[in-house]
Amino acid sequence: MVVMRTENYSIKKPSIEKLFDNLAERGKTIYAPKNNGERVLFQKIKNFGEMAGDYLVTANSAKEVVFPRYEKVFSYKKTEDGILIDDPADIPFPEVVLWGSRPCDAAAFIPLTNIFEQDYTDNLYSNRRKNLLVLSFSCDTCDEFCFCTSVNGGPGNTAGSDILFTKLSTGDFLAEIITEKGKKVVEENPSLFEASPTEEKEGNLAKVETRFNQDEIQAKLHELFEDPLWAEKSRACLGCGSCVFVCPVCSCFDIQDEAHGSHGTRLRCWDSCGFSLFTLHASGHNPRPDQGARWRQRILHKFRYMPDKSKVAGCVGCGRCSRSCPAGINILDTVTAL
Amino acid sequence: MEITDMSNPNIYIPYQMRIEKITPEAPGVKTFRLKFIDEQDAAAFTFKAGQFGEYSIFGVGESTFCIASSPTRKGYIECTFRQVGKVTSALASAEEGDIVGFRGPYGNTFPIDEWKGKNLLFIAGGIALPPMRCVIWNCLDLRENFKDITIIYGARSVDDLVYKQELEEWKNRPDVKLVTTVDPGGETPDWKGEIGFVPYVVEKVAPSAENTIAIVCGPPVMIKFTFPVLEKLEFAPGNIYTTLENRMKCGFGKCGRCNVGELYVCKDGPVFSYEQLKLLPEEY
Repeated sequence: MVVMRTENYSIKKPSIEKLFDNLAERGKTIYAPKNNGERVLFQKIKNFGEMAGDYLVTANSAKEVVFPRYEKVFSYKKTEDGILIDDPADIPFPEVVLWGSRPCDAAAFIPLTNIFEQDYTDNLYSNRRKNLLVLSFSCDTCDEFCFCTSVNGGPGNTAGSDILFTKLSTGDFLAEIITEKGKKVVEENPSLFEASPTEEKEGNLAKVETRFNQDEIQAKLHELFEDPLWAEKSRACLGCGSCVFVCPVCSCFDIQDEAHGSHGTRLRCWDSCGFSLFTLHASGHNPRPDQGARWRQRILHKFRYMPDKSKVAGCVGCGRCSRSCPAGINILDTVTAL
Repeated sequence: MEITDMSNPNIYIPYQMRIEKITPEAPGVKTFRLKFIDEQDAAAFTFKAGQFGEYSIFGVGESTFCIASSPTRKGYIECTFRQVGKVTSALASAEEGDIVGFRGPYGNTFPIDEWKGKNLLFIAGGIALPPMRCVIWNCLDLRENFKDITIIYGARSVDDLVYKQELEEWKNRPDVKLVTTVDPGGETPDWKGEIGFVPYVVEKVAPSAENTIAIVCGPPVMIKFTFPVLEKLEFAPGNIYTTLENRMKCGFGKCGRCNVGELYVCKDGPVFSYEQLKLLPEEY
């Protein structure tokens, strides 16, 4: 991703809607927060009016746009001459717009890309990511589950976005152009973007309390592999995997085949370190035999292994895991107790 | 559709390989000899001792095993597996001439080049002889590079010993010392080998630790009890190697399940020295 020096513009509310329409008219697939009656989810929409008016964060994360729940890694056909393999990466990936992501959603693409491009590049992910335009909106509210400021993020953090919009006191929006992709949007829609506003964005952002220091947690986790805390904090865990499915960074997957007679597909499907089968050996031996060991893996992977390896933690502080847990487990209870 | 852009390959697409030969080894255990269907693939393919791959039946799924043949034997690879789950059952019912998928090679390798001039002690249990067989043949094919070679191999019963023909071959070689053992109760009336668990036999017959590298492969419980025996025999942890076999899906450090602490078995392993393992949690 090409990151340039941020350019600032002002954009009026009606122009935001016009921008959406322009992108939709160009035939781009747009994912945006939409209320399905019960929850606000990132979903494909065609019209600006379909968008949820009021939401803190979506229930699902934006990762599905680049890392679908299940994705065909190839399909095959058994013929008399052998097995013919059809590579989905041969077909051009569509240009997709993620509209209305929060700074935490956008920041999650950084660790996600680290995983999918480290040593071996997963083209299915990379092609989707390259063709994704991320147009985020800063947060002016937060709830008790939010902790982006504890993991090097913030309600107006620009990391991972191509353009970040922040609503100002005038009702206009500040548009921060973060990448070349974002700049192209301005070039294609010159009449919508006006001179930079004089108002700073800081006064218009939510106040997200800092609950812990990521660097300190990372250091502590080098010592705490054996600790009664893991069993204690995971006692209520049902192993349902809900925290993992809503997490914008969790990307552990399974590979499964689906056959229909002489043809079929191999799929890369979401999986969870919280599932008891995740690490089960064929012999019956399980290196992570209980929920405590699995919860420890989740915390260590996010707050120690990932930042140790690539400087960026595997958590963006969106709080989705805690909001969605049917057993009421709050990740902050574990991390702040370390 | 053919994959044309090889500079940008889809890392999930396997090579296609034909089963050239199937050898039954023990109850539920078979060895496949596999050859590349595509000649270009065959010419470009290289691997080193210790590496592994993802073997698949199209429509059923993938399973992880080491490459059990030696890189010194060109033109094919072999794998040995026990029929346990869905994929291994589908593999077990495949026939000679059938096509299977193979992705690999993945992982690091045994540092065979560093072992020149040393004695080698191979210790294997049960179905863990296959990963070691690759190293054994690799070293036997370069026999002049090494001093004494000792192989200690144990299985639950006489029937469960794999590579019986090769065990016979090693037994008859003057430049190899082979000791086989079976668990108590697993012997037959005419069994002439040792009776007892592998760690016990190691303590009894292992050569001196002086200038010797020990390579241990086995189920987690065997490894756990063999390391202390080797330490008691004064093997330095840096001279003891093993290969770990945690459950895997991708083989390239993304699917997230095979890590032992911060290290991925698939990328940082599967070969580890005991010195390395001592610094890691027992997550294997």
